[in-house]
Amino acid sequence: MAKRLIDLVNVTKKFNDVTVLHNISLYINKNEFLTLLGPSGCGKTTTLRIIAGFEYPTKGDLLFDGESILNLPPYKRRVNTVFQRYALFPHLNVADNIAFGLRIKKMRENVIKEKVEGMLKLVNLKGFEKRPVSSLSGGQQQRIAIARALVNEPEVLLLDEPLGALDLKLRKEMQIELKNMQQKLGITFVYVTHDQEEALTMSDTIAVMNNGVIGQIGAPEDIYNEPKNAFIADFIGESNIIEGIMREDYLAEFAGAKFKCVDAGFGQMSGVDVVIRPEDIKITNESEGQLKGTVLNTTFKGVHYEMLVQAAGFVWKIHSTKMSKPGENVGLFIGPDEIHIMKKDAKPEGEVLNEE
Amino acid sequence: MRSKTPAYPYIVWMAIFIIIPVILVFYYAFTKTESGGMVFTLENFARAFEPIYLGVMWRSIRLAFFCTVICLVLGYPVAYIVAQRKTGTRDIILFLIIVPMWMNFLLRTYAWLTILEQNGIINSVLASAGLPKLNLLYNEGAVILGMVYNFLPFMILPIHTILKKTDLSLVEAAQDLGANGINVFLRVVFPLSVPGVISGITMVFMPAVTAFIISNLLGGKQVVLIGNLIEDQFLNVYNWHFGSALSVILMIIIVITIGIFSVAERDEGGAVL
Repeated sequence: MAKRLIDLVNVTKKFNDVTVLHNISLYINKNEFLTLLGPSGCGKTTTLRIIAGFEYPTKGDLLFDGESILNLPPYKRRVNTVFQRYALFPHLNVADNIAFGLRIKKMRENVIKEKVEGMLKLVNLKGFEKRPVSSLSGGQQQRIAIARALVNEPEVLLLDEPLGALDLKLRKEMQIELKNMQQKLGITFVYVTHDQEEALTMSDTIAVMNNGVIGQIGAPEDIYNEPKNAFIADFIGESNIIEGIMREDYLAEFAGAKFKCVDAGFGQMSGVDVVIRPEDIKITNESEGQLKGTVLNTTFKGVHYEMLVQAAGFVWKIHSTKMSKPGENVGLFIGPDEIHIMKKDAKPEGEVLNEE
Repeated sequence: MRSKTPAYPYIVWMAIFIIIPVILVFYYAFTKTESGGMVFTLENFARAFEPIYLGVMWRSIRLAFFCTVICLVLGYPVAYIVAQRKTGTRDIILFLIIVPMWMNFLLRTYAWLTILEQNGIINSVLASAGLPKLNLLYNEGAVILGMVYNFLPFMILPIHTILKKTDLSLVEAAQDLGANGINVFLRVVFPLSVPGVISGITMVFMPAVTAFIISNLLGGKQVVLIGNLIEDQFLNVYNWHFGSALSVILMIIIVITIGIFSVAERDEGGAVL
């Protein structure tokens, strides 16, 4: 059984009169890669800063290994942070930046040298010891920032949008490298990002945040396939969200038609939100579809085409490897497994959310 | 190509007020007046290295050094504390630091006379308490006091400017890596403020080493500095040649000092002002 390492208990944080975190509860297991995902201003960075010790919650508690560490200053916590803008010390060279934490611990210089070399090897920057940090590229600075944090062998590494400033290709490479490092070193990672793809790629667990609340927490697949509300469905990946009615269990009505689905327990004739991923709608001949419509627009996206189809009063976003021309009349088919039903106005506020 | 024409007024201004006077000073320094004509000579410099004048030079450098050290010791904490305040408070404190500079330099220094003199404020207080009077004026201490008082803002302001810009995320990074308050200061905040310290030192040392009014007023005839020597040669003795030679030596002292500091500053990789 996984061991709980960090526990946030009913944490509320106010800046002056603005509440940025509403009664958040969350636990992080040992060796877990947890991502706090959300749009800017959702409170994810504040959560991270509370764990690091740079912010003090207005209410609630923070447990580390079962003990409250709220009154422990940042420099005594067994966590290290990789900052958004790296925050490398400009007056020190690469080796001295990495050695910073070790020197404070008064380690012997030959041990420090060895550890610094090991870290530089880990982040693929061997031989960069004497370089001034200002001479490094963004990606290299990023690696130094990671090395500087990891060399202290923290129990938890906090990462605040560490890849935000990198270009797409480098970001993808670093995502994989970070994930590998995490698995190799067995360190708990708490990762903050607004990039849903990044979160899906790297995480063991994702906590989706919005307006200071954790909307949903779970494995990437679960969050993608079973979003709890319209916001999460919209934020994680692209989706068509339509208002509908559950006529009875396993039968939904939306867009003027009835659809078989796999959801139950919403009661009869209750209003729901229906989420359908763009790749889950099939374009068929006009006669074979459950809905009939006209292609409005077609865009080539590389792996697939994105088609906007006007049908039953909605514009549907559809991803397919087969192209349909604009103006073409088509049918749309949605299988029961592809329809995801969510309670309307799902308000997760105040709920204690667990990972399972 | 950008036109260089707009620079001409400045070049003319520089020529009249900087370059020509400097050339004249050098001309006088390397000549002497003999039977109505000017003759090249190194006598003026030879005379400047007589023990009595070397003593004066040494005193100038020594007092300027003490003044700079005291300004740094007093000024750095002030700059640090001010930089920590919120913008509103900070502006008020900075304003209070700058306000005395709006007063005439002479007036400010005269004010110290009335505080320190035999029947001045301090001695009056001492006398009314039945204590013996102190000789506070006309010694090196009084001159250093006057210098520190006048030049302290030049130390505070550049240090404050650079401390104000300290990147908070670097402080947090240091804390995150295990540094307590003292370590954060010694390993991050202070090293990053070194360029400010260097410009503060330069801006205090230069006026201090050339000072002559402060030593005139607060040092009387007891504390003669190189500035007083030069003043004397030009205004009382009318030996412009020797006065110029002393000026050239003073210039060389300043150039060497700036040189040392700018090398130090380049090594630190920062620049300010």
